[in-house]
Order: sequence, then structure tokens, then C-alpha cells
Amino acid sequence: MHSMDKSIIVIGAGTAGMEAAGQLAKEGFNVTLVEKEQDTGGHVKSWFHLFPDRRDSKEVLAYLNTQICRENITLLTGTTVNNLEKKHDSFVMNTSDGNELKADAVVVTTGFDLFRSERKEEYGYGIYDNVITSADLETMFRKGEVKRANGEIPEKIGIVHCVGSRDEKSGNLYCSKLCCVTAVKQAIELKEMIPAAKIFCFYMDIRMGGALYEEMYREAQENYEINFIRGKVSEISEDINNKLIAKVEDTLVGRPLKIGLDMMVLMAGMEMSETGRKIALSSGLKTGDNRFFSPADHHFGSNKSNLSGVFYAGTCTAPMNITDTISHARAVVSDVIDYLKGKSN
Amino acid sequence: MQFDPFTIPFDIGLYFILIYAVVRCVRWFMDLSRPDKLRLQRGFFGRAFGQSIREIFMESLIHRKILKSNPRLGYMHMSLAFGWFLLILFGTIEADIFGESHLNAPYKAIFFKFFNPEHGSTGFEAFFAFLMDLILAFILSGLFLAVLKRFSSKVVGMKKTTRLKPLDKIALTSLWLIFPSRLLAESFTSGTYGTGSFLTGSLGSWLASFLPAEQLAYPFWWLYSLALGVFFILLPLTRYMHIPTELFLIFARNSGIRTGDQTGSYSEIQTYSCSSCGICIDACQLNFSAGITNIQSAYLLKGIRNNDNVNDIAQNCLLCGRCDKKCPVGIELTPIRMIRRRIGETEKEKTTVLKRYLPDRKNIVPVKSNDKQVYNFLPAVESEKTDILFFAGCMTHLNPAIKNSMIKILNASGVKYKFLDEKGGVCCGRPLMLSGQDKEARELINYNSKLIWKSGAHTLVTSCPICYKVFKESYYLDVEVLHHTQFIKMLIEDGSLKLNFLRKRVVYHSPCELGRGSGVYDEPKDVLKHVARLEKTDFEDDNSLCCGGSLANMKLSFRQKSKIAHDAAAELTKGNPDILATACPLCKKTFSSATETHVADISEIVAEAISLVQIKRNSGKKYFSIKESADIL
Repeated sequence: MHSMDKSIIVIGAGTAGMEAAGQLAKEGFNVTLVEKEQDTGGHVKSWFHLFPDRRDSKEVLAYLNTQICRENITLLTGTTVNNLEKKHDSFVMNTSDGNELKADAVVVTTGFDLFRSERKEEYGYGIYDNVITSADLETMFRKGEVKRANGEIPEKIGIVHCVGSRDEKSGNLYCSKLCCVTAVKQAIELKEMIPAAKIFCFYMDIRMGGALYEEMYREAQENYEINFIRGKVSEISEDINNKLIAKVEDTLVGRPLKIGLDMMVLMAGMEMSETGRKIALSSGLKTGDNRFFSPADHHFGSNKSNLSGVFYAGTCTAPMNITDTISHARAVVSDVIDYLKGKSN
Repeated sequence: MQFDPFTIPFDIGLYFILIYAVVRCVRWFMDLSRPDKLRLQRGFFGRAFGQSIREIFMESLIHRKILKSNPRLGYMHMSLAFGWFLLILFGTIEADIFGESHLNAPYKAIFFKFFNPEHGSTGFEAFFAFLMDLILAFILSGLFLAVLKRFSSKVVGMKKTTRLKPLDKIALTSLWLIFPSRLLAESFTSGTYGTGSFLTGSLGSWLASFLPAEQLAYPFWWLYSLALGVFFILLPLTRYMHIPTELFLIFARNSGIRTGDQTGSYSEIQTYSCSSCGICIDACQLNFSAGITNIQSAYLLKGIRNNDNVNDIAQNCLLCGRCDKKCPVGIELTPIRMIRRRIGETEKEKTTVLKRYLPDRKNIVPVKSNDKQVYNFLPAVESEKTDILFFAGCMTHLNPAIKNSMIKILNASGVKYKFLDEKGGVCCGRPLMLSGQDKEARELINYNSKLIWKSGAHTLVTSCPICYKVFKESYYLDVEVLHHTQFIKMLIEDGSLKLNFLRKRVVYHSPCELGRGSGVYDEPKDVLKHVARLEKTDFEDDNSLCCGGSLANMKLSFRQKSKIAHDAAAELTKGNPDILATACPLCKKTFSSATETHVADISEIVAEAISLVQIKRNSGKKYFSIKESADIL
């Protein structure tokens, strides 16, 4: 097999797509990287510091951008996929700008969308000015100031875990994996930025499964005096002075609580991206009950799809952190090579 | 005198069922409460009598309501009931004119052909013979449909038909045998004597051409009489008891008797009036969305008749009231189900056949006493004086967009009001009532009542149909209770609210508790027409769907509820409207996660349409601004 004659389309230039494109190009394939937005980088470009080591996300972006600076990568930004079809052994893809692209294999890296927190109206996102999401808070961190809508510095801040995750009513039974650690990271950063602030995290279970996560959680309690209250927030309202009132049950004490807050941060979960859903519909790729793409095998084929020649990498298959996404994107390369070798023999 | 032993089974059956019907009716009458007895007496000798006779003719014989909703099923019921009635009527007239003497015993009319085999030769006689054949053919066509329905309910345009118990099957078989055996008996007799009209005559002469008609006729007359006798004697044990009971029900209902919230004679009469036609099964969303096919009202009533423990059936219901509105007999299905919820678990009683003919009186079932919690943790009653009270309700607090819209509307219109549960309130009590815990609900009702009395308000506005229904029906308040759609309509009409017209296409979902539950159908639609382009759906008013989020059902899994919600939302948004509007915070919440279409409460749409001029006019005022009373005057 000469990798020089083989071309591959990668859909989505986020962490997974950029890493996969870079690694495939390194192997000599001709890669076309398609991105719906004007810039590459995906969700990472709107984040501030990353857990667990609080590295600036710009460093990760810089790394990813060097990965795709290669001659045999064609980058198409501002382009969406209209239609993806398998014809004999090759793939034909129609893009929004009217082009028809041909390739020998396709890597889907469409990633995730953040849960639209407006859907949980009882939390008042989009209704009360001082209810924000974890993504909004990252933007505030980037700007270097965390303020209430009226410009005041918040003194009592609540953080709600599992917004749109592990929630039957939102239709999402799965755990988004990152929200707990994001909450801890953001709580610490808030405390550093506003040392006088009192911070309350409302959680169902704390899931600290990644490397150095648990240590961070302990640090948050010991060194940053962040309060963790076990209980799901049932509703948030606003009083005359624009203070938020959260109703929550402290299930460890077994008592209902009403707590007044200056700001509430919702840890929005991850959902299958809208672009991914459309591609699944048009191409016959299978999705699971959680609506993410379902891999051919959870143990040996997490990069493979139900169509031979179409592969997955990253959070389009399940919630993942950046570390796992990059590993997954590198792993897809070996599957692609195996597939193309098998075809040319 | 003409007589033959084969008529004996019929005679026994007929006199048995007549005496039995009288005994049951007397027992039911005795068991009615005193006011109901008076109502019935007054009704029977008053205007209700004519009304009842008309209703019996239209509904019990013609089956007008079934005909309207499902013509094929209606025809089936009509041909059997009305056909049989005509057969008896004209049979009696025929026997009276042409028979041995006037005023014959009933069997002579029923078996007229046997006793007068040569009847039908002259012109006038032939006309009667033709008429009787025509009626028989009419019945047989209905019977043909009924038999087909047993094997495939789709034939009569139904998706599901009711399941039967063994005695029902015997009764059904005897019912099915009645008319074919009459056909054959009459045909053989006609074949022997060369009489009969187009049906029995032609069939008879054809059969006689290759069969010994004279010998065969007699056994078929026996079969005919036996089928009638068996059917009459088994009738009280089967669903066909509905035939005599429904007559009593119609008189009772037209006399103004209602179920109310206690078991009693009237709810028992209704229980026995169900013909198990199965229309409630087709109307039920648990059936066509969630695939649950054993809890519908027909089965509930059957379970009650059989003394089964029906608690699970009674609990597994959305209480949306769709079956209530569609029941062709007009049985108050939802109140009966609520009664069973209050009764709770019961033991399955073993019954003898005798006991089944005269069942125990069911009107003295005690409601379980409340030995549960004490509600002394409720906060002290404190209330400020006001004229208009706004009660958002718990569900509205979970949909703050509705709450904020109402505040915006109330402030913009400049009315003087007080927000009763601004900082959270005590539940209206309806969820407890829906699960049958009336005494507990009463505690909450008393608490809220005091709060409302002390405020001195004249009008209570609520955003939640669930609260609205309970305020209206179960609170003893002297204030006018309004749902916010009614209140907004008043504000628009008296000019306090100036609205822009939004260029949006809207469909309206009528919430169960507001529409079927409280009869508020028009005000929400009038308000919507005022601010947007209201489009029709296939499910308007009485026929509206349940969103699936009903508080009344604790048995459904989340998946099943969500399936109901998705199906209902898909039906309502078929025409791709811009907004799916509703007037209930619970419906809004349920639909929001079931459709891509924007779901909004009417108050949100109205709040969006408030003209800027009006907001400016009142913007100088504080959050809960109170308009000076001089301003209003």
C-alpha cells in the first residue's frame, strides 16, 4: 500500500479531528480536514485553564495547530457536510460550498454539544441574569473578571453538578464524566479570584475517576474551604433584590435547605452534537440510546463504526477528557491503516 | 289454546329476567341517598321522563353517539338493539292482528311462525311477512359484524376489543345463536308450507328441496327457545346486564343524580351499565402510546363487577378524562376511578353464583382513616390585605418564565394585586387528592383557605390548571377563582392590557385539568387569537390529548410517560407551528423535552406581545407596584 495515493476525510477540527488529521498526515495520507466553524480548535478555544494541572488551554491549542501544519492536509473551514455516501470502495461527500470530495476512508470527529441549560427551566438559565453555565464562567475567566450582571462581585456562589447528565427527565441517563472535576477546578479558580467568596457545590455523587482528580477534590476542601452539599437542586428563583434562592435537599443531613446566592453556575453536560446527529441520519451510522455514535465494539473497536471505512475518534462516541480524546485520535490511525491495507491486498 | 313444550325455556327465561330486573331496580332505588331518591321520584313524574324516553330511544336503541364516532361499530350495535326491538314490536302487532286472539302471551309473538305456519299468503299478511324478514335480515347483518369483531376488531373500525370471561362467552354464544336459529326454524317451517317472504321463504324452499324440512323445523324451534332462555338467565352475570341497567341509569341521570365522590347506588348502576363496547380503550393514550391494554375503564368496571382488587388498575391512569367524554353510555368514569383510589387495596371476594345474582351492596365501603402525618410543620398563616391574589403554584415556580411573564402582565395592566406564594407556598392539595389521600389534602386546603380568607381578596388568579381545579371544586371560598387565561382575557377586554399582534403561527394544547377537567376551552384560544395566528389541530377541546406528565399516575415508568409526550407533541406539531402553546406549567415542562418546536405558556406569548408604550407607562413603578386606587376609579 502506498499511503501517498490514499485520501482520508476527517470531519470536525476539534481536539480529536486535529490530532487524528496530524497523525494520519504524518503517515503520508492525503487528509482533508473539514470544519463547520471559521476557526479550528473546537470547544477548547473557549476554555481558560484545564484540569487537573491548570495548564492554559492555549498551549493545547498551539500544539494542535502545529499538528495540522502539514503539506498533505487540506483544511476546509466554514464548511459543513451535506451528505456522506459510500460508493463501492470509496466515499463521496458533498459539502455546503457545493464541492464533492472523494476519499478512501472517513474519520468522524464531530465531538459534542454542551447541554442547553435552558431546557431545565427550573434552574432559570436565560431567565435570571446571574444563573450562568460552566462555559460562561470559562469566558469570564478568560476576560479576567467574574461579575454579576449588575457589575458587583459575587460573594456567595453555587455550583450545580449534573445539569443535563444522569437525568432521566432530560433524556440523558449517562454521566458526562468531566463536570465534577470541572466544578472543582472552577471552584478553586473562583476562590483564587475572589478570596472572600463562599462557594457551594451541589452534587449527587462526586466522580473523580481521572488521574490527579481526587487530589484536586481533597485540596478544594482542605485548602480552599469549598462546601460540598450532597443533594440535587430542585429549583432556583429570584427575590426582589435579584438574589438567587436555591431550593435543595441536603441528603446527608436529611433536611431541606433554602440558600440565597449571588451567582449560580450550572455544570452543563455533554450531548451528541447536532452535526453528528445529521451525519448519522444521512449516512446510516448507528447511534446508541445515549444518542452518541455507537462504536462497533466497546473493547476492541471503539474507533470503528458499523460501516467499514468510517471511523470515530473522540467525544462523538462518549464523553471524554482531552487526554482520552488525544489517545483515541491516535488510536484511530492504526485502524485506518489496517483497513486500507486490507483493501489494497 | 296454542301451546308447545319447546316454548318453556323461553318462558322461564323471560319471566325470570323481568322479575329479576324489578328486584334489582328496587334495591338500587332503596340504596340511593334520600336527596337522590327525591330527585328520581321528581324526575320520573316530571319533565325528565320524556327526556329519558327520548334518550333511551336515541342511545340505547339507535346508538346515536357510537354511530357518530364510529359508524360501523354504531351500525353493529344499532342493528342488534334497534332490530331486536322492532322484531318484538312488530312480532307482537302481527300476533295481535293475525294470531289466535288479541293480547297474546309473549311466546306466541316470538314463535308466531310456528303456531301460524300458513301465515303470509294473502296481500296484507305477505306485507307483514316481508317486514319481519327485513328486520331479521337487518339484525343478521349486525350479528355478522359482531362475529367478525370477535375475531378481528378492525372490521368495525376499532383497534382493540374487550376480553371476555367464561360466562360472558356462553352468554355471547347463546346471543349469537338466537337469530340464526330463528332464521333456520322459520325457514324450515316456511319451506314445509310454502310460505315466508324473501328471506325465510326463499331459504326455506331451497332447503326443503334437498332436506326433510318438516322434521328439521321442530329441533330448530327448540334451539331458538333454548338460546333465548339461556341468554336471559345468564344475563345478570354478564356484561349484558347493561341492557336493563342502562334504562335505569338514563332515568337517574336525567333526574339530576351525579356520582360525586362517594361510592353508592348510582356509581354501582353506572358500573353495571357498561356494555364493554371498548370505545374507552381506543380513546386511551396508555393504550395507543404506551401499549398498556389492561387498565382502561371497561376493565376497571369489569373488575369492580367481579369484586376483584382493582387498586392497580385504578392507580394506573392519567385521569385525563378522554374516555369520560367519549363513553357512549355517559358513565362518569373519572369520578368512579377516583372513588376506587380512595378505597385503595381490597380483598378478592369469593362469590357463589347466588351472590353474583344479588351482589352485596357496595355503597358502604368505608374510606380509610388518616393515621399518617400531622401537618403542624406548616408556617403560620400571615396575609396582607389585597383585592386580587395571584397564586403561581409549585409547577409555575418550576417554570420561572411563566411566573415572570405573569408578573410582567399584571404590572403592565396596572391592577392591584398580591403575589400569594411569591416566596414559595403550600401545595394546593390536588396531587394528594389524585392519589386518593383526601384527608391529607384537606389539611393543605384548610391552610391555604385561611390564607386566602385573611387577605380579603375577591379574585384569585392562578397559573396552574391543577390548582385552578382544586380551588374551584374543593375549596370553600367566596372569591372568584380564575385561571390566568381567563384573567388575561378580562384584562384585554376591559382595555387594561394593550397587545401587539405577533406574526407567529400557534397551535393550542388544551390541558386536561383546564379543558375536560374544568370546562375552560374558549378563553385560552380567544387570548391566543388576539396575539397570534391560531391554527387548528386534530385534537381540539374534548378530544385534546394528555401531555403524559399527569400527576395522577404513579405507576408509569418515565419511558412510558415520555413516549406519550412524544407521540402527543408529534401530533400537535404536525403543521410545523412556530409555537406549541399551552396553559399549564406541567404540560409545558413535559412537552419541552418532547419536541423541537418552541413550547410556551400563553402568558409568555402575551408578555411578549405587550406593547412598549404600556411598559413605559408603568415602568417607573416598583417590582410589585400597586396602582393607586384612584387610578382605577
